[in-house]
Amino acid sequence: MEQMPDSSGHFGQFGGRFVPEALMAAFDELDEAYRKAKGDPAFLAELAHLHRTYTGRPSPLTEATRFSQHAGGARIFLKREDLNHTGSHKINNVLGQALLTKRMGKTRVIAETGAGQHGVATATAAALMGLDCVVYMGEVDTQRQALNVARMRLLGAEVIPVTSGSRTLKDAINEAMRDWVTNVDTTHYLLGTVAGAHPFPEMVRDFHRIIGIEAREQILEATGALPTAVAACVGGGSNAIGIFHAFLDDPVALWGFEAGGEGVETGRHSACLTGGEPGVLHGARSYVMQDADGQTIESHSISAGLDYPSVGPEHAWLKDSGRAQYLPVNDDRAMDAFALLCRTEGIIPAIESAHALAGAIHLGHELGPDATIVVNLSGRGDKDVVTAARWFGLADV
Amino acid sequence: MNAALDAAFARAQDEGRAALIGYFPAGFPTVDDSIACIAAMVAGGVDIVEIGLPYSDPLMDGPIIQRAVEQALAQGTRTSDVLRVVAATAATGAPTLVMSYWNPIEHHGVEAFATELAAAGGVGVITPDLTPEEARPWIRATDAHGIARVFLVAPSSTTERLGIVTQSTTGFVYAASLMGVTGARTSLSTQAESLVTRTRAVTDRPVAVGLGVSTPEQVADIARYADGVIVGSAFVRAVIDAPDMPAALVAVADLARNLAAGTRRA
Repeated sequence: MEQMPDSSGHFGQFGGRFVPEALMAAFDELDEAYRKAKGDPAFLAELAHLHRTYTGRPSPLTEATRFSQHAGGARIFLKREDLNHTGSHKINNVLGQALLTKRMGKTRVIAETGAGQHGVATATAAALMGLDCVVYMGEVDTQRQALNVARMRLLGAEVIPVTSGSRTLKDAINEAMRDWVTNVDTTHYLLGTVAGAHPFPEMVRDFHRIIGIEAREQILEATGALPTAVAACVGGGSNAIGIFHAFLDDPVALWGFEAGGEGVETGRHSACLTGGEPGVLHGARSYVMQDADGQTIESHSISAGLDYPSVGPEHAWLKDSGRAQYLPVNDDRAMDAFALLCRTEGIIPAIESAHALAGAIHLGHELGPDATIVVNLSGRGDKDVVTAARWFGLADV
Repeated sequence: MNAALDAAFARAQDEGRAALIGYFPAGFPTVDDSIACIAAMVAGGVDIVEIGLPYSDPLMDGPIIQRAVEQALAQGTRTSDVLRVVAATAATGAPTLVMSYWNPIEHHGVEAFATELAAAGGVGVITPDLTPEEARPWIRATDAHGIARVFLVAPSSTTERLGIVTQSTTGFVYAASLMGVTGARTSLSTQAESLVTRTRAVTDRPVAVGLGVSTPEQVADIARYADGVIVGSAFVRAVIDAPDMPAALVAVADLARNLAAGTRRA
């Protein structure tokens, strides 16, 4: 496929750089540092060493035999990013950017977080590399993800609850940008997804490409063939782009599952590729949930990590080009899949990843017993136990 | 370029002072009240008005303006209301610009926005999160309708970037006094003066300094070296602190008068 993005960070009409002039120098500095690092064997070796000895890569590919029986008989394999150190795929990107931070001579990282997984990963890398760390988190999310707030604080990070706007991930990003423009000399904004202005969508994708590279080798080894489909959940879209990328040139269907919340038709959802329109948010043109005046509409999802009203620009481009397809999965379907994986495979998934599992059940029925589906199990569900117990009425919490 | 805007800078220059540019968000505390506040600013001595188009994600704004635009949006302020405020402000005779984050303009349609703004009597638009590199359709539409473009420069801007930004600027150059978001600061950095010097080296357009400016003393300091001084949050704060609208209008006019006195060069 054509090399994307182009040199100015565009994926077709999407992407680009819509940022305050005050930050342009920082984006240019980051772009240059990333391009140098990417071609530096020492940087790549250091990152590979961390992947192996700290994160625990490669992450396994697990065949979910009992789960597959509920998905029309298709063979379903799970790419186990939940087994990474810190419990999700987020660590892949964070270690790369933390190394870059040191190369740029900066001493402080800031991050936004929704579910807290990116915040935990950032706090972890900061502790490992001796960087100061501040994490912005919507006040609503600090409440529904209290465990991750405690984890970040244990790791030495300062967690700042954001009380503006809808008090979720998008507002945490706004606040992180305000911090960055004020402290850019010492601070790197360690963005956690493939959204934002160039070079973030490209750089974060590249740090997550390892997911798909490993999964492709592993499925070939396990089955002797490429899979029929690859499935992932999509909020900002980092785990999905990470597993999709190695399969872009293969005859493999790529499916992204957005958070349908209470249903796209109710307006209470986070499925911007299904229910949004092209627009500019947080520095890039992509699909955005917005009203008739271009004001961002608040997103809704049971999953804090998918609760974002836009998506990385490369997904917008993959959708419009037809190379990937995107469907919404409502809260109830995601929670059914969550429960099913717990009881059939002994794995408690993150609620984010449960959206991909629900999608795989749907695909399995569509594609039939001859199909093989690789699902990116992007995170583990420890952080979601309270939410799930409440949903299923299992405990007095 | 826009004749009315250029004339306002020229008039201030002739009078031995910097132009006073006042920002106020449309729809705060209500659409009609914002029209009255802006009229009071102009009566007090503001030369050029920037009307803020309220946006859901104002990532260059500090808490004061954030709160004001949240309130404006919560009350249902629409883009069409902003254009109504533009028309009312233009009727006072003060050159009137809109300050807007990019998405509301793009979503409205760049051609439609430029057309409707010109019809309402607006003279220009300040776009704090649009870089010239992404502005091609916007440059076409604004040129076609005689709307002045105002882009920002910042202390972090390289000489190369100052060239790129000022070449696309047809109104005044908005020089951010410091690295940060909007909102009053007790002291301003020395970065602003050197930024203005560096900007003047690459353009003949007027240069106005904003961000953090709230007192007549700060205005007087900036008036020594810049063509214009921009004050925003201080006007919003004056309204927030006032017990009712009549008091707010008095406070806004008084503030404008005091700031205008600061623009006179010794």
